[in-house]
Amino acid sequence: MKLNKKSKDNYITYAIVMVAYLIFQILSATGNLSSHMTGLLVPMTYYAVIAVALNLCVGILGELSIGHCGFMCIGAFSSAFFSKLTENVLAWPIRFFLAFVIGIAFAALFGFLIGIPVLRLKGDYLAIVTLAFGEIIKNVINAFYIGVDGNGVHFSMKNSMELNMEPDGNLIINGAMGITGTPHNSNFTIGIIVLLLSLFVVQNLINSRDGRAIMAVRDNYIAAEATGINVTRYKMMAFVLSAAIAGAAGVLFSHNITTLTASSQYFGYNASIMILVYVVLGGIGNIRGSVIAACVLYLLPELLRGFSTYRMLIYSIVLIVMMIVNWSPRVIEKREKLAAKIGFGSRKKIAR
Amino acid sequence: MKKYRKVISALVAGVMTASMLAGCGSSADNSQTATTEQAEGEQAAADTLTFKIGAIGPLTGGAAAYGNAVCNAAELAVSEINANGGINGYQVEYSKEDDELNAEKSVNAYNTLKDWGMQFLVGSTTSACSIAVSEYTKNDNMFQLTPSGSAVDCVKYDNVFRVCFSDPNQGIASAQYISDHNLATKVGIIYDSSDVYSNGIYQKFTEESAGKNYEIVSAEAFTQDNNTDFSVQLQKAKDAGADLVFLPIYYKDASLILTQANTMGYSPVFFGVDGMDGILTVDNFDTALAEGVMLLTPFAADATDDLTVNFVSQYQAKYGEVPNQFAADAYDAVYIIKQAIEAKNLTPDMSVSDLCESMKTAMTEIEATGLTSSKMTWEASGEPNKEPKAVVIQNGAYVSAQ
Amino acid sequence: MSFLTYLISGLSLGSIYAIIALGYTMVYGIAKMLNFAHGDFIMVGCYIIFSVTGALSGNSAIGIIAAIVLCTLLGITTEFVAYRPLRGAASPLAVLITAIGVSYFLENVALLIFGADIKSFSSVIKWEGFTLADGQLRIQGVTIVTILVSVVVLVVLQLFIKKTKQGQAMLAASEDKGAAALMGINVNRTIMLTFAIGSALAAIAGALLCSAYPSLSPYTGAMPGIKAFVAAVLGGIGSIPGAMIGGLMLGIIEILSKTYISSQLSDAIVFGILVIVLLVKPTGILGKVIQEKV
Repeated sequence: MKLNKKSKDNYITYAIVMVAYLIFQILSATGNLSSHMTGLLVPMTYYAVIAVALNLCVGILGELSIGHCGFMCIGAFSSAFFSKLTENVLAWPIRFFLAFVIGIAFAALFGFLIGIPVLRLKGDYLAIVTLAFGEIIKNVINAFYIGVDGNGVHFSMKNSMELNMEPDGNLIINGAMGITGTPHNSNFTIGIIVLLLSLFVVQNLINSRDGRAIMAVRDNYIAAEATGINVTRYKMMAFVLSAAIAGAAGVLFSHNITTLTASSQYFGYNASIMILVYVVLGGIGNIRGSVIAACVLYLLPELLRGFSTYRMLIYSIVLIVMMIVNWSPRVIEKREKLAAKIGFGSRKKIAR
Repeated sequence: MKKYRKVISALVAGVMTASMLAGCGSSADNSQTATTEQAEGEQAAADTLTFKIGAIGPLTGGAAAYGNAVCNAAELAVSEINANGGINGYQVEYSKEDDELNAEKSVNAYNTLKDWGMQFLVGSTTSACSIAVSEYTKNDNMFQLTPSGSAVDCVKYDNVFRVCFSDPNQGIASAQYISDHNLATKVGIIYDSSDVYSNGIYQKFTEESAGKNYEIVSAEAFTQDNNTDFSVQLQKAKDAGADLVFLPIYYKDASLILTQANTMGYSPVFFGVDGMDGILTVDNFDTALAEGVMLLTPFAADATDDLTVNFVSQYQAKYGEVPNQFAADAYDAVYIIKQAIEAKNLTPDMSVSDLCESMKTAMTEIEATGLTSSKMTWEASGEPNKEPKAVVIQNGAYVSAQ
Repeated sequence: MSFLTYLISGLSLGSIYAIIALGYTMVYGIAKMLNFAHGDFIMVGCYIIFSVTGALSGNSAIGIIAAIVLCTLLGITTEFVAYRPLRGAASPLAVLITAIGVSYFLENVALLIFGADIKSFSSVIKWEGFTLADGQLRIQGVTIVTILVSVVVLVVLQLFIKKTKQGQAMLAASEDKGAAALMGINVNRTIMLTFAIGSALAAIAGALLCSAYPSLSPYTGAMPGIKAFVAAVLGGIGSIPGAMIGGLMLGIIEILSKTYISSQLSDAIVFGILVIVLLVKPTGILGKVIQEKV
């Protein structure tokens, strides 16, 4: 079988994910994995998934979004709502599968609706509008009160008393208290499957006709338009897909932690920027880099727990230093010179 | 893209080694302790065995003041206990972990403490985190005593107990108190709609106010993203003619509300709950602004009983701050665990699950005395029975309102 | 009458956003980077004033001067250490992420030094303001001072950029760094000067922010910072009068939406209006429309 360079590159990514999965499974089966590490595995997968989603938006589509956690929030809430509603009706594999379908569908729908205004803007203005939508989603969900009783679904945006529920009613979304008691269905295997699927979708998109069109729009939309590419359509396609994948991350998120609140720590602009950090550090447009950077940067503050109060301080310094080492033109130049001296350089020169 | 390849491979190698180290590190620790114990024999084991208490709270981020109070006070209580001979003759080890007010990080913190060998959890500090962690303590059957997780769901499992009042409890008590003492005819409410604690009290208070001798004339919300300007909320209460403003919020925001009410020239009675405690100790705060503020709180830092005086002076000496109600709850929590352990004569060599089972029954049997109440008992459901104390601020100090 | 009261509240909040937005937009306009740490520079300024004023038993003038000087130094150092190495990086996002790193760094340093608990800030403006219509309306001194200071800053900045050689150099550097360098402008020094001015403005904004809303914690600057950024975008980022207009508008919209629509949803409404404004005028109210050439 002869593989071209790109598909070989893709298979390497899948292989890395699968090898990591196997290593962790073996470690866990032989009892060599601490409970701290075990607990980190699922979050690592969903942060990797949302980093892939954001990289599709920032790297491939070329539009900076700092509100991507808003889509994650929509995926998380819609799926958790569904799971709470059908907790005693459906068997868990079916329910969890449907939760994914619903979470992804809702996130995609909102991606489409938000995409209509957002994609008309450019650059920093586009970025600030994505931030605005992220904050709007969070703020509005915080004011949702939805309960279910014998008479059907009750909804209010003021407080839970307005719902006028029967005493046997079940308050599902309780404003800022969000949804508590979502079934704990996410596990590492499902997380890895979702990650592999989103990698598969994104990497195939990049190497497809549509993907090339999207990247043409990114590089020069005037030229792309002139060659007959429907700019709006391709922009929307990438944006919706990116929102949908973020929604999938949200489903994993809400079924991993049993309390789901629409607060800034999880879905605010700060959280969205955290994901952006993963993408930029992993390399803009480099899907594999996003996955790895998401895992490393999620692990880093956890591994720094030993430093207690200095933990976040060290993290911030490491972040700045990593950025300079990875991105500074002068440092890159020096690194390349060094590499040339050692003898790495010749291969690299040709490759470029 | 080429130039990243090397960086990435380095990163992969990094993360692999890091995770291996993390994985292997703990197992190595475990085996080491196991062998030393065996080697030293059973008699020596009694000396090296310790109880392990862990605490979780937000030590960084916007809520760090609360988490630090809990973790510091628990640390203080543990060091006092150790200085006085420990629990049942065993010394106590203590460890704290940061959760950044994030339920996911709180679970990570819990797992870290579990790897360390924790037997009793004092935490998490905040409600949502505490609920998330309780899902895991239930699975491990580990005893959890949350000092300040006040939401109803915090104690839904039988292994979880709490020291503070529940949110509904405070809402009911406040409504009752205002009505019993004829404090107002028109009540305005300012609450934090993005906060579980504030929302919970607000909802119960509103429900409970139906049919009382006052009416609620305004209920205005703010969020943690929008907590610098309270002029609108205050103006609305003022326009509606509220003679009492109920503030089911933390002292951080309350201090700003009091300042702004003062600049507006609006001076109703302000009525707070336990989250308001701490307002007098805000650095550089003009306590004259808080004159006449009433609050229901189980703890007052300037109380003159020996226990409080000792606690406050020790805490101040060690951490340079006056402790608030979070600190008091956590300090009590550690002593409650001590009392329960002693009641059942537990030893550190018992399994986490066995300890938890005994603790569950012990908690319903003990009657504890602490900073936050002179008499606390617990239901099997995890709820404490204690009386809320109403205090009023006069001349910059709490005075009992009864 | 009550509408006027709310309008004045909006004005006082808006004037704070405006003065923070001026610093934001200044740095963005010249250096073409979003300094996410700007809000934290404000926080640092507040802590300096708080400590110095406390140490000198209430002399806030020296506190403010110390804050301006130290914030300027901090701005220059940050630019030199963290931002300059990334100038000319393959993506403009690199320096944005570094700014976030700087923001975390400053917050955590403040957390370690001053602790997490809030400190109540004594207003640096002792003037009470005046009352109108028999005490029905009250305009606070700090509001008037903030508006005056923002107008002065606005005029001085405009004059500086338009009339001085250094200002012209800034303008040139913002248009085209390469061409500016060829014309003999020291681009690095020009950008450093921009940061110095931006950081000094942050210190002044901090003094006014904490005088109006006297609660100081390591995270004080974060949310007003992001709101001011929104204000700067609303006014057209890079435009100095735009920042002023955007700030005042944002403050008034925020207060009025809280009053007449919902106090719970006011953030959603404010951001919603931002979206609408940008759809009508995609580069903000006073933003320059740059025609793209093929």
